[in-house]
Amino acid sequence: MDSPVPSDAAAAEPGALARFLDGDVWHSFRRSPVAIVSSVLVLLCVAAALFAPWLAPHDPFDLATLELSDARLPPSWLAEGSPKYLLGTDDQGRDILSALMYGARISLFVALAAVLLSVVLGVALGLLSGFVGGRIDGFIMRVCDVMLSFPAILVALLIDGAGRAMFPDAHEMLAFAVLILAIALTGWVKYARTVRGSTMVERQKEYVQAARVIGVGSGRIMRRHVLPNVLGPVLVLATIDVAQAVIIEATLSFLGVGVPPTSPSLGTLIRIGNDFLFSGEWWITVWPGIMLMVLALSVNLLGDWLRDALNPRLQ
Amino acid sequence: MLAFILRRLAQAVVVMLTVAFVAFMLFQFVGDPVTNMLGQDATQEQRDALRRDLGLDEPFVVQFGTFVANAARGEFGMSLRQGQKVSTLILERLPATLELSLIAAILALALGIPAGVYAALRRQRRSAQVLMGLSLLGVSLPTFLIGIFLILFFAVLLNWLPSFGRGETVALGRWSTGMLTVDGWKHLILPSITLCVYQLALIMRLVRAEMLEVLRTDFIKFARARGLTNRAVYYGHALKNTLVPVMTITGLQLGGLIAFAIITETVFQWPGMGFLFIQAVQFADIPVMAAYLCLISLIFVVINLVVDLLYFAVDPRLRAERGGH
Repeated sequence: MDSPVPSDAAAAEPGALARFLDGDVWHSFRRSPVAIVSSVLVLLCVAAALFAPWLAPHDPFDLATLELSDARLPPSWLAEGSPKYLLGTDDQGRDILSALMYGARISLFVALAAVLLSVVLGVALGLLSGFVGGRIDGFIMRVCDVMLSFPAILVALLIDGAGRAMFPDAHEMLAFAVLILAIALTGWVKYARTVRGSTMVERQKEYVQAARVIGVGSGRIMRRHVLPNVLGPVLVLATIDVAQAVIIEATLSFLGVGVPPTSPSLGTLIRIGNDFLFSGEWWITVWPGIMLMVLALSVNLLGDWLRDALNPRLQ
Repeated sequence: MLAFILRRLAQAVVVMLTVAFVAFMLFQFVGDPVTNMLGQDATQEQRDALRRDLGLDEPFVVQFGTFVANAARGEFGMSLRQGQKVSTLILERLPATLELSLIAAILALALGIPAGVYAALRRQRRSAQVLMGLSLLGVSLPTFLIGIFLILFFAVLLNWLPSFGRGETVALGRWSTGMLTVDGWKHLILPSITLCVYQLALIMRLVRAEMLEVLRTDFIKFARARGLTNRAVYYGHALKNTLVPVMTITGLQLGGLIAFAIITETVFQWPGMGFLFIQAVQFADIPVMAAYLCLISLIFVVINLVVDLLYFAVDPRLRAERGGH
């Protein structure tokens, strides 16, 4: 779940880390309090999610440890709260803090998988479109136009709905797959457009022609020569997209058409808590809500900062 | 110009046919309707007869053609869950969604444009920076979370406003409106605020960015050099020129309101089309899903078409460029 890209790069090229620490991006990072705070928050969320099985004080899925007498306890600092449950418990006596950590794990897993899938799809189609051109390019770009004219969340909802109708008694894995696919299919367009644009520029350059002259095939030129040169902007887009994917996942789960109820994500937790809003048990809904807010906002801010830091026009 | 319109129309038709095809395919997955209608004991002759009556023995393409023809007339069959005609169900819910979207659109425009202009003209002021920070919050927060927090504060803690349903409605022929009663207006407040936040923040950021862009151009400098007042420069020249892109994107965004209404309606149990659709998805009620899919796509395709044409009508540069070809 963590991104292996920086560490791999550092291992492959000696001194890459040193160069990074000396570079513009790191300097801009150190001077931007917003970037520091938001990256700390993102790291906290990711760590809580990644190490949930070891960090969480309780196991919210272990039915044996749940006690109904502990149900709906408020956070521990309130009068009726118990020190055992820092943020209180839900209607089945689950510890909210632990449920949050496991929920963030599921939310982030779905979001990252969806973003990864849409990056792969978008980059592949963009490369093809920009490199081959002609009718294929025209067709892919028309599809992009159409996709862009619908809001992402609507497309995801419609694909998810159609998927659910096709597999009415989908088991857990399939429900996850449909959800991830639905989010990924809404996100690939911007990668395809970006990559297409830069591929068309790269295609004209001498190294591509040189590769052609020595007889390298088109597929190999696209993969080995053009691809590494068009990936930069994609990474920035992908960072911002994770926030978007987290929100779409949470929304679909909140609407009851997202992750299966056996593995509750942050959206599912909010949905469950929503039923208890009127009986005064605000904490069941508010904590996952705040967690989602913090996660989405800090990833967004980090992405914004990264875009500005890497954009040579603004410097 | 005519070629452009024709190309756009053709594209719109292709999109609608694709959507109709997806909707049609949904029906193929619910199983054999003949078995459902006759039960297991029917003879082969009875089955064949019904199959003929329903047109199920026709080739695939003909069946699809029949589906499209019915869909164009608004016929999608019966809802599996509620046992009513889908067209009746949707028509019943349509006023609720349209009223909610309309109020949200008015709020977003009436607050978003002035806020954007203010943030651009006074961008050094603290208040403008606070506005920008709030707008970032507005575009990052999921709609349903805004709704829940509004309910928590104004309905649960303060007990000022109702949190679900439309309240008292008045029937005007087939249109039931909540806008003629005080109760109906009270019920509209929280859902319409929830629905408008995202669009409001987006419009504000867009207007600000466009204003800043236009204020840097030469004709604004020239207008100042002519000694025009700030007021005339800002509102007569700058704002007028920002309105072209703002109008385009706003048009598309307002179409988005009807889509985002799905979420708002679920949070507030607002009896509109979006709530109907979500229930249909949960119960795999295919006819309702198919009808909603087609209707919402139609709305979007029409909005896109209108915005494209408006762009032409408003921006003379575009006409000249196309005409030159």
